[in-house]
Amino acid sequence: MNIVVCVKQVPDTWAERKLKPADGTLDRASVDGLINELDEYAIEEGLQIAEAQRAAGNEAEVTILTMGPDKVTESIRKALSMGADRAVHLLDDGLAGSDALSTSYALAKVLTGTGFDLVICGSESTDARMGVMASMLAERLNVPQVSLASKVEIDGSAIRVRRVSEDGYFEVEASLPAVISVVEKINEPRYPSFKGIMAAKKKPVQTMTLADAGIDPAAVGLGGAATEVVDHTQRPPREAGTIVKDEGDGGVKVAEFLAARKFI
Amino acid sequence: MAEILVLAEHVDDDVKKVTLELITLARRFGEPSVVWTGSGAEQGQARCAEYGAAKMYVAADAAFDDYVVAPAAALLAQLVREKSPALVLLAGTAQGKEVAGRLAVKIDSGVLTDAVDLQPGDDGPVAEQSIFGGATIVHSRVRRGTPIVAMRPNAVAPEPEPGAAEVAQVSLAEQANGAKVTNRVVAERGERPDLTEASIVVSGGRGTGGAVGFQIIETLADSLNAAVGASRAVTDAGWYPHQFQVGQTGKTVSPQLYMAVGISGAIQHRAGMQTSKTIIAVNKDPEAPIFELADFGVVGDLFKVVPQLLEEIAKRK
Repeated sequence: MNIVVCVKQVPDTWAERKLKPADGTLDRASVDGLINELDEYAIEEGLQIAEAQRAAGNEAEVTILTMGPDKVTESIRKALSMGADRAVHLLDDGLAGSDALSTSYALAKVLTGTGFDLVICGSESTDARMGVMASMLAERLNVPQVSLASKVEIDGSAIRVRRVSEDGYFEVEASLPAVISVVEKINEPRYPSFKGIMAAKKKPVQTMTLADAGIDPAAVGLGGAATEVVDHTQRPPREAGTIVKDEGDGGVKVAEFLAARKFI
Repeated sequence: MAEILVLAEHVDDDVKKVTLELITLARRFGEPSVVWTGSGAEQGQARCAEYGAAKMYVAADAAFDDYVVAPAAALLAQLVREKSPALVLLAGTAQGKEVAGRLAVKIDSGVLTDAVDLQPGDDGPVAEQSIFGGATIVHSRVRRGTPIVAMRPNAVAPEPEPGAAEVAQVSLAEQANGAKVTNRVVAERGERPDLTEASIVVSGGRGTGGAVGFQIIETLADSLNAAVGASRAVTDAGWYPHQFQVGQTGKTVSPQLYMAVGISGAIQHRAGMQTSKTIIAVNKDPEAPIFELADFGVVGDLFKVVPQLLEEIAKRK
């Protein structure tokens, strides 16, 4: 089984994140990057599915697919040290400034070239938080979308998942090949072991340019984006509120505030 | 007048509040046409009319119950081609955003999600988004195709205005396929309002100390007719179910009132609640970052403050 996990490197959510004044794109240079936390669950799920396949006597390989500048190799190394077998890095200056629509186009081009039985994404990235990539990829690749999974079962070419909904869950099934996205409660991502870190150094990382993947340069990057940032500002700090120490009347004071604002 | 498509979110005939918000918002840009998928349209029609829907495209195909996401995107794409609307509005729920994503690919148009406001601009609608845990405000627009915007629930107040909500039956041109729904399970949540739609959210954090301690959050929520939320520390520890997690990796809420009880307010939590209109915090640590956001805060033991608050609320009822 050919499993491809899409991974995005994002700025650390603990760091101060900014947009670049010139074009409103993410300032990736000024902050540390790491694997989008939700993609770690996608990697773990890919590894677990591959392990189960191998245990059943089937061949399985987990490929990490990412796009981004040079420094995303840090995230690739981490994913490989968790246990993924190989990585494909779509690396081209022409990609800078791509929006979700053009990113999905570029990734779909690579996926069509490499082939896949199962594509796994995290449910969203912690920077843009759009949550659209799995559905866009499924649409582009014309395969079933089995997204927002909190549980995945694979039985031959059938895939069954629990899809979280606003007020519970759905049970959904489809046949492979398919694109899935996973939510954080699906598993507990493993930490890379020392052996894993050493092994990762020898694993193949294939770098692809736009030309290698057959991507139309006009359809990606800032020029190919279907959306644009008009302006951006730092939110002014909220006006300082009233903070009181509980002197045995804290509950009364909250009630008074609620009454003054007509909540009670 | 320009036609604006609004994808209705509904549970059978119960029209979700976010749908009324979207119809209200659509009126800023033209004549709202509600797109209704699945059953319940006959009963839902009156409600959509009350908020100014001019038309209602009703597609009752079985595909909408049997499959997720793809049929709704296919129907919207079909309507965009036939009606050439000026804008497509959807709810910024997880599913609404997925439909928006597929639609964007189908009609090769730009998509914006999690908008907290949408205003007319010289080059089309301009969306306001609050990003990086609420630290940055961005205005964006779509520059190719028919703008597709997924609005965050509670971004706009629903305002009634009579409309005809004239019904036109439509049906899916393409055969549904893909991922089939085999079962739907609705979690017990009793009479509480939906977390993302609620006007008031009461959230508990690590300070509640455990599943038993967390019950006080539910009691407080019920006394205010509020939804219950939880910090990640609480859901990770299993004190409260995951679907109630507010924050970076959970739900994003934007209620009139958000009460953070025993929550320190790390950036990952703030990302899910920073656009709340009024924020109240109760925490025993005076240095807790949640107090930077609070309109009103009490530094104290939640197990003393909350019971007293409950008494006061009961007295004032």
